[in-house]
Amino acid sequence: MFGFILRRLGLLIPTFIGVSLVAFFFIRLLPGDPVLLLAGERGISPERYAELMHRFGFDLPLWQQFITYFTDLVQGDFGTSISTKKPIFTEFFTLFPATLELSFCAVIFAVVLGVPAGVIAAVKRNSWFDHTAMATALVGYSMPIFWWALLLIIVFSGMLGWTPVSGRISLMFFFPKVTGFMLIDSLLSGKAGAFQSAVSHLILPTIVLGTIPLAVIARQTRSAMLEVLGEDYIRTAKAKGLSPFRVVAVHALRNALIPVITTIGLQIGVLMAGAILTETIFSWPGIGKWMVDSIFRRDYPAVQGGLVLIALIVMGVNLVVDMLYGLVNPKIRHQR
Amino acid sequence: MKTMSRLLAATMLVAGLAGAAHAKTFVYCSEGSPEGFDPAPYAAGTTFDASSKPVYSRLTEFERGTTNVVPGLAESWDISEDGTVYTFHLRKGVKFHTTEYFTPTRDFNADDVIFSFQRQNDKNDPWYSYAGGTWEYWTGMDMPNLVKSVEKVDDYTVKLTLTAANAPMLANLAMDFASILSKEYADKLAAEGKQPDLNQLPVGTGPFQFVAYEKDAVIRYQAFADYWGGKQKIDDLVFAITPDASVRLQKLKAGECQLMPYPNPADVEALQTDDSIQLMSQAGLNIGYLAYNTMMKPFDDVRVRKALNMAINKKAIIDAVFQGTGQEAKNPIPPTMWSYNDNVQDDPYDPEAAKKLLAEAGVKDLSMKVWAMPVSRPYNPNARRMAELIQADFANVGVKVEIVSYEWAEYLKRGQDKARDGALLQGWTGDNGDPDNFLAVLLGCSGVGGSNRANWCNEEFNNLVVKASKVSDVAERTKLYEDAQVIFKKEAPWATIAHSTTYVPMSKAVIDYKVDPLGSHRFDGVDIAE
Repeated sequence: MFGFILRRLGLLIPTFIGVSLVAFFFIRLLPGDPVLLLAGERGISPERYAELMHRFGFDLPLWQQFITYFTDLVQGDFGTSISTKKPIFTEFFTLFPATLELSFCAVIFAVVLGVPAGVIAAVKRNSWFDHTAMATALVGYSMPIFWWALLLIIVFSGMLGWTPVSGRISLMFFFPKVTGFMLIDSLLSGKAGAFQSAVSHLILPTIVLGTIPLAVIARQTRSAMLEVLGEDYIRTAKAKGLSPFRVVAVHALRNALIPVITTIGLQIGVLMAGAILTETIFSWPGIGKWMVDSIFRRDYPAVQGGLVLIALIVMGVNLVVDMLYGLVNPKIRHQR
Repeated sequence: MKTMSRLLAATMLVAGLAGAAHAKTFVYCSEGSPEGFDPAPYAAGTTFDASSKPVYSRLTEFERGTTNVVPGLAESWDISEDGTVYTFHLRKGVKFHTTEYFTPTRDFNADDVIFSFQRQNDKNDPWYSYAGGTWEYWTGMDMPNLVKSVEKVDDYTVKLTLTAANAPMLANLAMDFASILSKEYADKLAAEGKQPDLNQLPVGTGPFQFVAYEKDAVIRYQAFADYWGGKQKIDDLVFAITPDASVRLQKLKAGECQLMPYPNPADVEALQTDDSIQLMSQAGLNIGYLAYNTMMKPFDDVRVRKALNMAINKKAIIDAVFQGTGQEAKNPIPPTMWSYNDNVQDDPYDPEAAKKLLAEAGVKDLSMKVWAMPVSRPYNPNARRMAELIQADFANVGVKVEIVSYEWAEYLKRGQDKARDGALLQGWTGDNGDPDNFLAVLLGCSGVGGSNRANWCNEEFNNLVVKASKVSDVAERTKLYEDAQVIFKKEAPWATIAHSTTYVPMSKAVIDYKVDPLGSHRFDGVDIAE
């Protein structure tokens, strides 16, 4: 197992270099630059433009800029935002817990509903439940996030008044951040009602962000289960006289879970994309919205630093998924 | 059961006490995050709403709800005969905020004024590059060329010497970039090596003092008890950052905030009839226009420009693009601005006359480009749609239009090119309420190849505008600007299209809010009914 982890870690180095390269050139491929955007309709004199480009170091040849950036990067310096003038690392990790908290809840939501739904749909294949669940999943998968979120807000916050419209916690509560995770901080604050408020603020964004992964996981679980249920060893298990529950839950599900775990891992990327819209609509102070704002401002350091940090996190998650995979199926860790 | 009822009684007691000490909290659903809390390095209204407006004061101020310049931290001022020396007499006994991170030991004085300006003007000042050295408005308003020196005469007198007379200077000093910061606080930060805090933890003399900012989520302020203008009626001011306009509206309706900026134009009609909301509006201090490139043929011929102006159906544009929330423009400055010349006759919408005039100019089978911005701006919510309407209007008079667009930064850059091919949709929102800020910036000869997108340099017009910037008598300036507008209309470097209307929806409980013609959102003087 140790050798397996080392091999996986070794693979991360070229990936990291590749990601830094892509992040650096991606934002520079977009037309326009941060100085022009700062000036707006007013325009800017060529002298002042040159002065500011020089100040930010954007007047140097690209390769030289890249070397400076990459050297800083490997020393752990992710640069300073042009817009807020704060270090990218601080900016990113101020916001990241909010995204992580929301994504985590969305994954839990998707797994807790998606896996059982998939299993039941497979076991009761072609029943009304199967058809309804799979049709719903298809609708969920094709749901435009923006529309879905507004619909939920209008119905549950506007018409019914059950949930707050947006934000992470009621403005009544004001306590220092300890972990950045509102669910934990609200408990630590010791203020009555704070935790409930944080939970109620999480409900709608969790549903919205979790909808697509839920649909994918449900469908994936169903097809994986169907495949496994047709295997010989399931027939053997049934023949042994095991209870139907044991057959499904232990013998079938455990094997069906392997592709499902991969799917869940892959959904992390989908979550990041979904987070951009979800965070914007629910005024959720996370990195999705921050990245988009940075791209619009052509805040080069923020975009490239943010992309590298996100990539590092996704790489970390994939590593963990691979290890889990190895745990679930010993064949995999011995193969390579 | 006994415990239960005791608990209930205790809860009620606490609730009652909380009610007695109830602080008036005003929640504003703001549209975005401030870039920082030092206004001077930035140019965004969102940043100013969160920094300069609540936290700071300036030597001169804009009177609430108007563009009138009134005394602020300067109680009075004298201007020399030739208009180049301004002597400001500073208000005494003005306190800076006492916060968790700073306790001032002295009142506001001339040192603070010198510090606030010098750091933007002097490249050798230790604070010049602390925030990247991007002093957007100081350079944008041409202050480096206008200001010769800022000197302290004594603790309560400051002398500002200009390189030439400049009438809009008093209005410039009321702008956000001219906010006065505490030198004592800056010195303390420098001594501790914490310079960036000047931009994160602000200290000013304004109506509200900064409490906390949770990035991209919430900003908290509290009323400053020793504010020189008197303590505010609300106790706590909270900005709930809510980027999406539909969500802002839902929050307002749900009572999660009391006021929101920038409603969707499509929602305005419903808001007007909504009993639970009061909707305030004001003509925005802006202009949306189509700038011909007067350096290129055939647009160097005034007849061609006039003809095209007559081909545009502005009413249809107001209905379709602004959904009725705007008004047709005939002058390059908005009607709420002083010196607006209402006697100017707009070019009528008359396709037949347009065709004739084009023929007279010898223009046949003209095909041209119309540039449409890729972004929504206050003066033009949907440039693409506007361009399509203009395309149809021009087709009616036999002119073929190709619509072009670029990504926003690229658009701004290419639009300034003197050799630009085609007419450009653009616009402007006023900075300081002075006509000079429109007429000189957008149409003066010095702006050719830059902010003058028509590349129009008319000697007669330019002389009037330059002269008006040098005299300080408002009546005389008004006359000069009125004459300049007549020349503008005669020469038609732009098709003036629309001035948009600003709408501010708020809860019925909000008392005495005034819509700022300069487009900012300020909460001094505002109250809420309980």
